[in-house]
Amino acid sequence: MKDSKCLVSCVQAGLGYDNKPILENFNFEVYQGDYVCVAGENGSGKSTLIKTILGLIKPVSGHVELHDTLKNGAVGYLPQQTQVQKHFPASVMEVVMSGFLNSMKGRPYFKAVERKRAVRNLDRMEILNLRNQCYGELSGGQQQRVLLARALCAAEKILVLDEPVTGLDPAAAASLYSILQDLNKEGMAIVMVTHDLRNAVTRAGKILHINEGGYFYGTITEYMESDYSKIFI
Amino acid sequence: MEVIIQMMSYPFITRAFIVGILVSLCAALLGVSLVLKQYSMIGDGLSHVSYGALSIAVAFGIVPLKLSIPVVIAAAVILLRMNENGVMKSDAAIAAMSASALAIGVTVTSFTTGMTTDVCSYMFGSILAMSQEDVVLSVILSAAVLILFVFCYHNIFAVTFDESFSRATGVKVSFYNTMISVLTAVTIVLGMQMMGAMLISSLVIFPALSSMQLFKSFKSVMVSSGILATVCFCAGIMVSYIYSVPAGASVVLVNLFVFMAFMIVKKLLLLQNRDI
Repeated sequence: MKDSKCLVSCVQAGLGYDNKPILENFNFEVYQGDYVCVAGENGSGKSTLIKTILGLIKPVSGHVELHDTLKNGAVGYLPQQTQVQKHFPASVMEVVMSGFLNSMKGRPYFKAVERKRAVRNLDRMEILNLRNQCYGELSGGQQQRVLLARALCAAEKILVLDEPVTGLDPAAAASLYSILQDLNKEGMAIVMVTHDLRNAVTRAGKILHINEGGYFYGTITEYMESDYSKIFI
Repeated sequence: MEVIIQMMSYPFITRAFIVGILVSLCAALLGVSLVLKQYSMIGDGLSHVSYGALSIAVAFGIVPLKLSIPVVIAAAVILLRMNENGVMKSDAAIAAMSASALAIGVTVTSFTTGMTTDVCSYMFGSILAMSQEDVVLSVILSAAVLILFVFCYHNIFAVTFDESFSRATGVKVSFYNTMISVLTAVTIVLGMQMMGAMLISSLVIFPALSSMQLFKSFKSVMVSSGILATVCFCAGIMVSYIYSVPAGASVVLVNLFVFMAFMIVKKLLLLQNRDI
């Protein structure tokens, strides 16, 4: 990659499965410190893009390059919560520590350094006091912070979030947004899929709006002037 | 104590103890993951498939385990794939498969031997059924399960808790799911000879379910399930010996008793916390 600050770069890429591209001629770059909101209707290719950034699927055509530090799964991913997790008997610490799996490479135990990092990330999320509690007994907002702490253990440079505020009450959503903003100020790149565009435009730096084969990618100001913004806002 | 010494003087009971303890332990460990993934019925479904395979084996004079182990492993892997690809909802797939296998088994049996005691012992198990071969197989099985759970514990936790995240961080999710399915299949086939096709699934479900009443971390649920399974099995066999009731049924009843006891303790703890 030419630019060391560029974390993800798609050049004339076709993204999709089984040689059937959902998104074509797609050009997209994420730099260190970017805050990108991804919007679009269901089926427009948002999850395909996420899977590509996570390295789970390869582009059908064109080039997708990930920064060297992001290979081997070192992307902080916050997937949508499943029903199974809501009442899962696991301690908060167990969940957060599972963020280190990508760096373990077959080692069956955790190192002391990793424990310290996990504690630091819990502290950053302001939930250090919950570390020995049962994940299944926390509130939705607290669970989301635990998963965010886990994502931080997996990656230092980029967070990928899939509709993180779904199911949260407005107060919990607002505090999640402000945590994300703080992380972003510390230099963390954020790519967030969201339906909550009104909130997104007040916080994000850039918007990627995917719509039936076409897309818009640019800053908030550019977005507000474009036709794409009329669909959602 | 006297009873135990007396029991152990019968070689078939000693064999049943060894196989039973090892199989219960495996079923309980695998069960924690299966129950949490809402796959509880898999034990039930696979045991019916195993019953179908056994009746065919008996009809054609094949050694039962040689046919049923591969068939049940195949069934387990198919069920898993169906679920991963979203072809069919897993509970519907399991129900369809188990009823079909049972029907095939019953039909084949009625054509050949008829409903003999052999078939009945597959349904409800027999403590006499354990051979030397079963002992060897169960030792190998439990070694495989323990190795998987000790060395890949964190991966199993991650795969059970969150498949999407695990995949994104480079965990081989399909590998672990397949391992768990295959080991569950072998556990079911071995266990159902003693517990019976109708009752074997309780070994998978009960220890995990009871442990989850009281324990709140994955590790403690795992450890508690393993211990509970072993203790309940031994208690069940002793009850069966003393009161001359079928072994499978008494093991299930002991498990049920423990589950209810744990539930009551949980309720009491909740009440106590509320008072404070």
